[in-house]
This record gives sequence, C-alpha cells and structure tokens, in this order.
Amino acid sequence: MTEENNNLVLEVKHVSAGYKRGGFFGYGQKYKEVIHDVDFVVHYGEILGLVGESGTGKSTLAKTILGLMEPTKGEIVHYTKRPQMIFQDFHSSLNPAYSAWWSVEEPLRIFGKYDAEERERRVREMLTRVGLQEEFFASKPDELSGGQKQRVNIAAALIRRPRFIIADEPVSALDVTIQAQILKLLKQLRNELDLSYLFISHDLNVVYQLCDRVLVMKDGRIVEQGTVEEVYNNPKEEYTRNLLEASK
Amino acid sequence: MKKRMNGYLLAGLIITCTILVVALIGTFWTPYSPTAMQYGKFQAPTLAHLFGTDHFGRDIFSRVLKGTGTTLFIALLTVGIGAVVGTFIGAVTGYFGGVVDDVLMRFNDALTAFPSILLALLIISLLGPGKKYNVILALGIVFIPSFARVTRTAFASLRDTNYVTSARLMGAGNARILLVHLLPNVLRVLLPAFTIGFNNAVLAEASMSFLGIGVTPPDASLGYMLSEAQGMLKAGPWYAIFTGLTIVLLVFGVGLLGEGMQAAEKGVE
Repeated sequence: MTEENNNLVLEVKHVSAGYKRGGFFGYGQKYKEVIHDVDFVVHYGEILGLVGESGTGKSTLAKTILGLMEPTKGEIVHYTKRPQMIFQDFHSSLNPAYSAWWSVEEPLRIFGKYDAEERERRVREMLTRVGLQEEFFASKPDELSGGQKQRVNIAAALIRRPRFIIADEPVSALDVTIQAQILKLLKQLRNELDLSYLFISHDLNVVYQLCDRVLVMKDGRIVEQGTVEEVYNNPKEEYTRNLLEASK
Repeated sequence: MKKRMNGYLLAGLIITCTILVVALIGTFWTPYSPTAMQYGKFQAPTLAHLFGTDHFGRDIFSRVLKGTGTTLFIALLTVGIGAVVGTFIGAVTGYFGGVVDDVLMRFNDALTAFPSILLALLIISLLGPGKKYNVILALGIVFIPSFARVTRTAFASLRDTNYVTSARLMGAGNARILLVHLLPNVLRVLLPAFTIGFNNAVLAEASMSFLGIGVTPPDASLGYMLSEAQGMLKAGPWYAIFTGLTIVLLVFGVGLLGEGMQAAEKGVE
C-alpha cells in the first residue's frame, strides 16, 4: 500500500461487469455487460454520491463492489473489512419471520465471537443509537413502519462496525418527512462511527444535501465526477445538466 | 398481530382435533374388539353397536375407531415423507439453481406426468404388496414432486431477497441461510400444501386399499373398510355410510384447517 492510499476505503479500478442470461442446461448463455470501465475511489470519511437514471447500472455496480457479482474486467480493492449495504426496498431487507431484535443480532451470531450477554448489550446499544423505541424491539417487520424498518436495517448493517457502507437508494421509498429523519441519522452515524458511504440515488436534491463528492453515471459509465458544488454549479456534461434540470 | 382466529380455522381445528382424539382413543381402546366376529351379522345401528355390525359380525364403531388411526398414521407419514424429501429437493433446486435444478426438475416433471395412482401401483408391485409400510413408502414417493414444486418456487423467489443478500454479506453460509433464514418463510407456503397433501394422502390410501393393494387384514383402514362395505351396500348400508362419512369428515376438517391457515396468513377475518 502506498502512502497516498492510506486515506482510501475503496478503489474501483477500470471495472466492467454484467449478467449471464438464458441458456439451456448451462449452454448458450448470453453475456450482457452492464457497467463499463468504471474507475473511482472513495476517501476515508466521505459521503460519495452516485447519481443516474434508473437502469444505468448503479445497483450492479454496488453488487460488484460488495462481491455479490464478479467483475469481468478490472479490480476492486477494499481497504476496510466487510462493507455492508443498506437497501432501497426495506420491506424485503428484514426477514418477515423474525423480530427487529433478531435481525440486528443475527450478524453477531454469524460472527460468533460474542457471548449472549455481549450480543444483547451491543444490539440494545445499536437499536437505541438508530432511534428505534424500545417497545418495537420485539416487533416483526409487518408491525413496523417504513422508517422504523429502515432504522432496523441500518442497525443490522452497522452492528458489526463496518467502516464503509453502500446505501442503495435508502430513502427513496420513504415519505419526505421520514426521508429527512433518515438522512439526518445517516449523517450523524457517519460522524459517530467514522463511516464512509457510497450513497446511490436518483434524487439529486438528496445527494446535494448529504454528499461531499458525486459521481454521475450514464449507460454504465461514469460520465462526470467532482465535488457536489462543482457538479451542481458547473455541470460539464449535457446529461448532468438534464438531470439537474429534471430535479428542480 | 396479523394472525387471527377465523371461522375456517376454528371449525377445522374442532373437527380435526375431535378426529385426532377419536383416533388416539381407538389406538388404545375400543368398546369391542375390532376383529372379533361374535356380535351377530348385519345388525343395524343400536345403542350397543352405534354403527351396527358387518358381514362377519364385527362391531363397525370399533373398526372405525381403529381404522381412523391407521388411516391417519398412513396419511401423516406419507405426507411427512413427501414434505421432507420434497422440501429438501425444492431447497436444493430453488436455492442453487443451475444444472442440478434443470436435471432434478425434469425428473420431477417425469414423475408428475404419471397418474399418481399408477405410479404408486408400480412402486408397490416393486416393493411387494400387502405391507403397510410399503404403502406408505410408495405414496410418500408419489407425493414428493408436488412438494418439491411448491417449495422450489418459494426458495427460488426468496433466494434473491435483500435479507438473504444481507446475510450473505455478513458471512452466513448456505446451510444457515437455507435453514434459519429461508425455511421459516417457506413453511408458511408449505402448511397449506401440507393440508392439501394430507387430504390427498387419505384419499389415495383409501383408493389403494379399495383396489386391494393397500393395507390388508387384520389391519383396518378406512379405505379398506370402504372396499369391504361396497359388497354389502344392500345388506348393511350403515357400514359404507359411517365409514365414508368418517373419511369425508376427516378430509373436510383438514381442508378447513388449510383454508383457515391461509386466511389467517393474509389477515382476513
């Protein structure tokens, strides 16, 4: 590791990735590349926004970074352990068969290094930190509101104390007032727990409120990147201008 | 709470529990010996012989008590085999997909393409007829494909949910994801399938015994008794009526139970 890499949490080096489709008994599958030659870094402590219309490959990029998909070209270098993800569709992020408490404790059980008492202490601390009232600790997902579910998801993602979080449209399915609360929470958690985020969104206003830098993605390529002020005040690409125009 | 009691569930529970209790009692105690032939042939129902007697002079009420137990035992084990093996196949194929999925499910299709009674006949003739456990095994195998199909769909649709992805990111292994994360959710789908399968098993056992390849004397199952009863519809109609009614009641009760559980799942009153 060179000196200048010390403040990075993630390096994405010229990465391409895609899906295999169709085929019969494994033969004749077609490969469709979704992201092409994506290259960027995430600095320690920063919130990096990733914007673009739906279908441009933002979620594919997220999956590739997390190792859920293999890049076909390029390399992904993590400088932190076990990055976690917060999903847009918070309904399916919590196992409907189990309580909020169970879902937050599960990563610790999988980890297997803490006894029951220590797990309980950590789960209670984290659920309180994300602002879930104690009366909902034992609730099943279908008894929780959207905002509460997303708080539980955040708690589950953070319980193992990762340093890097990918948040894929974490607030876009929520009411505007709840959105503001969750964004505030994410920002607060970043400061309290020394986190870095890759924050994926199609909502440029949200990105503007939250992020330090921003990447603009179009048809699987990064077409523009810079600080939020640079990109918002002085967009170089036609596509970015259109996105900005559309979100006003 | 979403899971509420509803009419179907309540009625199903009452009927099924009553039959279970009856079957349980019948296993240990019957008013008369179900095989003793000493109570007078073709007696119409009286207080002494609630369901009358048959052509050998056996007490039908005692036989129904005993036979219900046998039928329940066979049906439960049959569905048990089908559900356990079927769920296992469904989990492997639905969760992992790929070539294993293709091969196993085509095999499944082949099994489904046979009429189930024919398939059971085939298996029994291979295993040797006239033994209770062979009937159970044959019917169990016949029931595997339907359970495999139902659970495969469930596992496949749940495989890509975010909570599974999260668990994977946390380092959970496939076994943990399948057993701890997915199985409880698949069981919700499986329970109604289980009740439907149970009813099919009761009817399948009845058909098999009716055809003479199910249980054999001195064992009495409801299906076997029904096949006996058909020869004496005129002389002693009560034999067929009470045996048939018991089967109907059993199937009806469990059917209601399944309906009720589905309704409770959806939160319908």
